[in-house]
Amino acid sequence: MAGAVAAQAQTQDIEVLHYWTSGGESKAVNVLRQRLEKEGINWKDSAIAGGGGANAMTVLKTRAVSGDPPAAVQMRGPVIQDWADQGALVGLNAIAGNWNRELPPAIDAALKYKGTYYAVPHWIHRVNWMYINKPALDKVGGKVPTTWNELFDLADKFKAAGIIPIAHGGTPYHDGVYFEGIVQSMGVDFYRKAILEQDQATLTSPKMVEVFDILRKSQRYFDDGIQGRPWNIAAAMVIEGKAGMLFMGDWAKGEFANANKVPGVDYVCAARPGTEGMFTFIADTFVFFKQRNQPATPAQNKLASMIMDPAYQAEAALYKGAIPANTTVSLSNFDDCAKKSSNDMQGASRANGLVPAMNQGIPEAMLGAVRDVVTRFLNSNQDSQSAVQALARAARNN
Amino acid sequence: MSILFDRWLPAVVLAPSVAASLLFVYIFVFLNGYLSFTSSRLLPRYEFVGLDRYRELFDNDVWWESVANLFWFAAPFIVISTIVGLTLAILLDQRIRAEGALRAIYLYPLALSQVVAGTAWQWLMNPSLGLSHVAEQLGWRGASFDWLSDPSRAIFCVVIAAVWQCTGFVAALFLAGLRGVDEEIVKAAQVDGASKPLIYRRIVLPTIRPVFFSVMLILTHLAIKTFDLVVAMTAGGPGTSTILPTIFMYTYAFERGRMGIGAASAMMMLAMVVAILVPLMYLESRATRNAA
Repeated sequence: MAGAVAAQAQTQDIEVLHYWTSGGESKAVNVLRQRLEKEGINWKDSAIAGGGGANAMTVLKTRAVSGDPPAAVQMRGPVIQDWADQGALVGLNAIAGNWNRELPPAIDAALKYKGTYYAVPHWIHRVNWMYINKPALDKVGGKVPTTWNELFDLADKFKAAGIIPIAHGGTPYHDGVYFEGIVQSMGVDFYRKAILEQDQATLTSPKMVEVFDILRKSQRYFDDGIQGRPWNIAAAMVIEGKAGMLFMGDWAKGEFANANKVPGVDYVCAARPGTEGMFTFIADTFVFFKQRNQPATPAQNKLASMIMDPAYQAEAALYKGAIPANTTVSLSNFDDCAKKSSNDMQGASRANGLVPAMNQGIPEAMLGAVRDVVTRFLNSNQDSQSAVQALARAARNN
Repeated sequence: MSILFDRWLPAVVLAPSVAASLLFVYIFVFLNGYLSFTSSRLLPRYEFVGLDRYRELFDNDVWWESVANLFWFAAPFIVISTIVGLTLAILLDQRIRAEGALRAIYLYPLALSQVVAGTAWQWLMNPSLGLSHVAEQLGWRGASFDWLSDPSRAIFCVVIAAVWQCTGFVAALFLAGLRGVDEEIVKAAQVDGASKPLIYRRIVLPTIRPVFFSVMLILTHLAIKTFDLVVAMTAGGPGTSTILPTIFMYTYAFERGRMGIGAASAMMMLAMVVAILVPLMYLESRATRNAA
């Protein structure tokens, strides 16, 4: 009798390893937690902050090697397929119902390994966003740039008006986010070949040299204090009107929303130059680790289907500043940027322009190597040609 | 019975620590060496692939930059710590008042962890809230010190912090050595009319030669092991301009899932330590043999 109670208690517990610890993120997680606890399942929270998830992944590795992985883990990118390949994850096909109709095909593919679903998406972030301070834009009489030349014209106008043209954070992370936008402006196929597939011929092509030239030119429009500045401080510069433009994914919108800024009135959100019609996504997902080599526990299945529930998707994406992964969810409560984002996602999906962003689409090792090259280039006098060679070399060795 | 006991007691007492260092040092060094010849990525995988990982390591720009940075960090760090430490020790050796208190003050920085020291120096050297800001507020216009954000100079900020932390310890080592010098010889030299600088140069410093050796030994391996100080101060930046081999190793082995490359870089660091320490130890042992 006591044994039966214990066994039942065990199946009703679920340990969740995640790194959503900042304001909006923890609100989103709490929504899920409360819904789960209403169903009588106890959420054992293992939040591990820091390192953009690197710390959490280190803990996961140790736990998995010692045979005691957490039941649910926040994860994104190719590492999902790596863990699935190791046979460590539970398949979700049994509860996947209509997922293939509710999710855009490119995102659907990111959740699968050999035809089986291993991950369930909470929401979709778009990375190829730029934000422009609207009063500053009107003051200099500029318009939203759609090419890099137009962008540099606008940057010159900002500079003349005493406004820092581009708010940037001098971290390998932000350097990488800026860089991928330039690669994408050379076309979606170029981005696919160069970054996602690391094709040597594409990486060493003249277009790639042009990418680094644009990066070098952009640098003239950064201010002096960028070193080590976190992206949210860079966002604050645009919010306060000290700087004109910010290049960051849609999680930065949360900063604007917290400062009571309204899209279209206080700031403009637009696709980055040359990437209109393209949507570079990050899908935040949960994967479920086998407990004692068993298939999915009832609690794991419950949590997985709860995440795809439209009501949860709508609420959580709103807190996170993203859009719901489930395309059947109504967006009536969302702001104009999110509505544009959702429209663009469905348009891009039809036109073959829905692609994983850099830190969704390539493995950690490759991502780190690309960031190394970019950040070294920005912090030295290296010429574009040798940066291209360094990038090609990094791609060969990672 | 008691003879047997006496003969075996030292071995028995030492056995646990010998076993522990065999296991935790040599076995792990060997294991790590083996990993550096395998295809290990996210997790250890014992599939032999020869020298591939070393080839990748030697083809990696960031690795070579970290080695160059180590040189630019270690050389000034060792030279400055030694010179300043020795100077402080000689000054303290002059039978001054409050010597104990001064020695404690010099030693205190070593009691701080590198993370704390690194964070404190990061604030001190931050152009907008640190020392240069204070100088400006005190009326020194144009006082600016922005080395920490200058890729070609940031490594020297790390040198400053490391020197600050270790100099007191070096001074304590030298002071102990100075106190061990035979008073009689010094007095004899004074009687012969030798000046103080001459006594130090010709008698005292040559006598404390073994202390120089220990100081070199300690500072060299400290320099090669430096990790938390840089992580706290610059996180390897701006760009990769302050990345050191230890940080490279950590990043590749534990953050980027390239355990093989991480292991290979760790073996290269071991090789560096050996390449520096073995000649040093050989020279030292020959010198003592000659002296005896």
